[in-house]
Amino acid sequence: MKNRLKKLTSRNEPYIFLVLLAVCILIEIRSGQFFSPNNLVDIASAMIVPGLMAIGAFMVIVSGGIDVSFPALASLSFYATTKLLLDHNYQGGVVLPFLIAIGFGALLGAFNGLFISYFKLPTLIVTLGSSSVFKGLMQGALNSRQLAVIPTGMREWGKKALFVAKNPVSGLTSRMPVAFLVFLFALVFAFFLLRFTMFGRGIYAIGGSEVSAERAGFRVVLTKFLLYIMVGMIASVAGLIRVCMMQQAHPTNMLGMEMNIIAGVVLGGTAITGGRGTLLGCMLGTLLIVIVENSLILIGIPTSWKSVFTGALIIIGTGVSAYQVMHQGKTRSSKGKKQEVAQ
Amino acid sequence: MNKKRNKLVVDRHMFRLIVMIVAWMIFIAFTRFRKFYNLVNFQTMAAQFPEFGLMSLGVMLTMITGGIDLSVVGNANLTSILMAYLLINMTDVAGAIPPYAIPLVFFLAILIGATLGIFNGLLVSKAHIPPILATLGSGELYTGICMALTKGNAVSKFSRTYATTINNRLFGLIPVQLIIFTIMALLVWFLLSRTVFGTKIYMLGTSATAAKFSGLKTDTLLIKTYLLSGIVAALGGMIMLANYNSARADYGTVYTLQCVLIVVLGGVNPVGGKGKISGVILAIVLLRMLETGLNRFPKISSYYISLIWGGVLILVMVLNFFTENKRVRRKG
Amino acid sequence: MGESLLKAVNIYKSFVGVEALKNVTFEIKPGEIHCLAGENGSGKSTLIKIISGVYTPDAGYMEFEGKRFSKITPIDAIKNGIQVIYQDFSIFPNLTVMENLAFNSELADRRKLVNHKRMRQIAEEAIAKIDFKVDLDAIVGNLSVAEKQMIAISRALIFNTKLIIMDEPTTALTRREVSNLFKIILRLKEMGIAILFVSHKLNEVFEISENFTILRSGERVASGSTSDLDAKKFTYYMTGREFQVHRFEYEKVKEEPIFSVDKIGIEGSFSNISFDVHSGEIVGITGLLDSGRTELGLALFGIKPIEEGEIKMRGKRIKLTNPRRAIHNKIGYLPEDRLSEGLFLSQSIGDNIVISEIDNLSKAFGILDRKQRRDEIKQWVKNLAIATPNPANACQTLSGGNQQRVVLAKWLACDLDLLILNGPTVGVDIGSKHDIHSILQDLAKRGMGLIIISDDLPEVLENCSRILVLKNGQVVGDMLASESDEKKILSYMM
Repeated sequence: MKNRLKKLTSRNEPYIFLVLLAVCILIEIRSGQFFSPNNLVDIASAMIVPGLMAIGAFMVIVSGGIDVSFPALASLSFYATTKLLLDHNYQGGVVLPFLIAIGFGALLGAFNGLFISYFKLPTLIVTLGSSSVFKGLMQGALNSRQLAVIPTGMREWGKKALFVAKNPVSGLTSRMPVAFLVFLFALVFAFFLLRFTMFGRGIYAIGGSEVSAERAGFRVVLTKFLLYIMVGMIASVAGLIRVCMMQQAHPTNMLGMEMNIIAGVVLGGTAITGGRGTLLGCMLGTLLIVIVENSLILIGIPTSWKSVFTGALIIIGTGVSAYQVMHQGKTRSSKGKKQEVAQ
Repeated sequence: MNKKRNKLVVDRHMFRLIVMIVAWMIFIAFTRFRKFYNLVNFQTMAAQFPEFGLMSLGVMLTMITGGIDLSVVGNANLTSILMAYLLINMTDVAGAIPPYAIPLVFFLAILIGATLGIFNGLLVSKAHIPPILATLGSGELYTGICMALTKGNAVSKFSRTYATTINNRLFGLIPVQLIIFTIMALLVWFLLSRTVFGTKIYMLGTSATAAKFSGLKTDTLLIKTYLLSGIVAALGGMIMLANYNSARADYGTVYTLQCVLIVVLGGVNPVGGKGKISGVILAIVLLRMLETGLNRFPKISSYYISLIWGGVLILVMVLNFFTENKRVRRKG
Repeated sequence: MGESLLKAVNIYKSFVGVEALKNVTFEIKPGEIHCLAGENGSGKSTLIKIISGVYTPDAGYMEFEGKRFSKITPIDAIKNGIQVIYQDFSIFPNLTVMENLAFNSELADRRKLVNHKRMRQIAEEAIAKIDFKVDLDAIVGNLSVAEKQMIAISRALIFNTKLIIMDEPTTALTRREVSNLFKIILRLKEMGIAILFVSHKLNEVFEISENFTILRSGERVASGSTSDLDAKKFTYYMTGREFQVHRFEYEKVKEEPIFSVDKIGIEGSFSNISFDVHSGEIVGITGLLDSGRTELGLALFGIKPIEEGEIKMRGKRIKLTNPRRAIHNKIGYLPEDRLSEGLFLSQSIGDNIVISEIDNLSKAFGILDRKQRRDEIKQWVKNLAIATPNPANACQTLSGGNQQRVVLAKWLACDLDLLILNGPTVGVDIGSKHDIHSILQDLAKRGMGLIIISDDLPEVLENCSRILVLKNGQVVGDMLASESDEKKILSYMM
């Protein structure tokens, strides 16, 4: 029992959870609106796109890399998909758009993966370069501009609701998009992948020590290559969902969200150096950022203050975990010493 | 003699950048000679690049210590917004500002930049937050303060004198922006290659542990480096203020990754300990030339430039990969 | 002659013109403990990589249990029962013991899914083979070095292993852990597993191995039974040179010590330690890995400041709270881990030499005096005979011995009164080791005070005038080197 408690306190998730709870309660006390059904649904729906992105960013960070290209990748792939379908006057359902977007995502992810796994170039540099390339392809080659009309199938699907939540006091309603199911599915899939497949354990192993992974028999190059393909696919799905939910394709408004996503992942206790972190923590961290970004208005703080809070959150969050690491290191080493002396 | 040979080997990367610049210049000479090779065009280029050029200097310094500064744009915007407010207050009804106003705002901008830089330095050295996260957070924080102050609106309506002064040309020839950049670049060059501080930060970037065991004040060195980065970023902000004749929380947001890209393309090792200012300046020149040159082809969308940027970066890294690998194999 | 387990016959291997192995023949029998020794660059690691299939030989062949192979892949090697335990143990510090143990065999079986039950079973069987007790759910990064090694050994046993190659396995182990490791090696021998033990530590070679092979410059210079080997022959085979041992002699010139510590201590590390160092004296501090000797060294250099007691320099009380204070008081420290603590490997030899005195090489405002810097570098490269064509080359181009000279030069350039050396010749060729010893003795003759922290007893006996033995953070022996020998020191240490 004591052991279990110790294990719990040495992990990051409980702290994030407590902070999250505190923030929620604070907002509830100030506004009385936080736990209203429509607000909760709003938050869940705001979580879909960042949540999906965070899953991809999380897997990359665990493998010891960092990806700053996923918003550009997603933008290029959703834009190309939407444009292609519009040009062919596509009238069908939502399945084909997703398949096309996933295909583009895989292709673009493979571009990252090729340079990272085969040429062994630093991930930050490759993804910086590729995000620039993707942006150039979208704005240059495809001559992108805002698409106010999207194919009917996508539009219908984007409006479809699982259920509608109504605020009993104000009467405001919020729709829970069907896309939430996609997010849940991706989450379960990633959880299963990371936990129960050798591929997933390989991602952790590579993040722990690439040399050891190679010697143990993990196919490091292939694993990394597939990882970036997968991240490309997830990001593209997120991009397309966003298009459907917004009912229009805006090519540039996802650009720049990479840093906030990475911040959420790291706030959730994922080590930026790779190898350590849980999907649960990652989701809690992302949720924290989403809530701060979306709920400040409820307690009367103007939205223009949002960045102040996210910035402070990142600094305090990472500061606390840096302090924890240092502190842990100290107690561990002195304890180790004592044991040795005692022998 | 020996030393020279050694230098040649090290500078293979820079050689590659020079080849690219020359090749591009020749290409432009054959295709768009008159539209590119004229004084006004070069003056325009020289006035455009200093704003992000200065920020790149900051990113470079921090990268040499093994860190990174993602807060340069936030810092630049916060400084320029604060100074814009000050300029508004100093502008009289006739739209004039007192003669001491410009030196004063530059002096204060340096102070503000230094303060914001020190904050980063403290987060990295004393709080032990990984630089990429610390400056990501502080950049967000600085931008947030900008937003909170301005509600996202542009701050303008200050005397035009500021913009016209900075947009002036010395002897009618050299843009003031270029002069500011040159002074700072020379200063950084001097610090890196001619002072004790420079040697120390290269060593610190190579191994923080060995630096501690060699008796270097690692915390102070880091704080000083981030302070310098803060100052150059703030000056970049002051140039933006002149170039746009206004300040806004979201000006130059693309510069963050662009600066990192320039610095890496310039041959600075993201792991730390390696990198020269000459490489970074070559990278800035190359990218500016590519962009301006491309603009001379009206049929080609100017958006292709980011494709080319990314392409050049990846290409250079792949070339490095092949040459490095060859060398390693020979050694093994 | 019994049947041999593995034979490598007439192996040649060269890398871009450099011959790493020339006509090397090597043989090991089932259950044999064989030591492979040689200086850095002698070709030992190339030979290991050929045996384990990482490299393909240019000429020659291998025989495994009578089957002849002209080349093998790493997978062939594993299938034939060869396992290598590298110095870094090839572990995943972020994962659990169970995963570390079970991954290799799961991957070898080409499993795609994780089966926790099966993995636990594999892990349990693995540790049971050597009676290793460990929590399978513990994170490996939190374990001690010895435990990590045990994980690597148990993991190697999962396969049908016949030969385990251990690359310098004792480097980071305490004495107790080493003897524990040796027990396990003997146990493996009983199980019929052959051990190829790579080491250059003389006493270990004698203690554990039955047979030996020594390589020098890519050639096999000697092999045979360890019982025919002695220290002198061993050194000769390793280096091709014979060395005269100069025992250090110290004559007291001044009564007042330059440096003295009085009842210093740090909780959990050491306590109540007092001693003096006189000008021209070399004090040896020895003890086991866990005796507190390294902590003492770090304390005297201000990295881990003392919590009690006082330190005096030339009679004046000083506070050593950080390395700068120590350097300011003319104390230098040559660290234990040269590669990570002592050197900036990718930076130039020159900068490595001047970095600690660099503040003195400036004119006003911290501007470097480049001529003075150049002269200073030239002088130290010459004085310490650092073998480099150009001091602007990166430090990593040097051999271990020359690297250690660079670290020495860094401290000598600071014009110190006291130099503390922690393991001054660890990982250094025997030839360079000898040279470094004579440099140290020379420094003492010129009036510097030195403290050598080392567990290399011959080194301490040869170079020190006085020896302190530490045990569990206490001084348990204090003697003149001229009146002691290895046996006496050992009796205090254990």
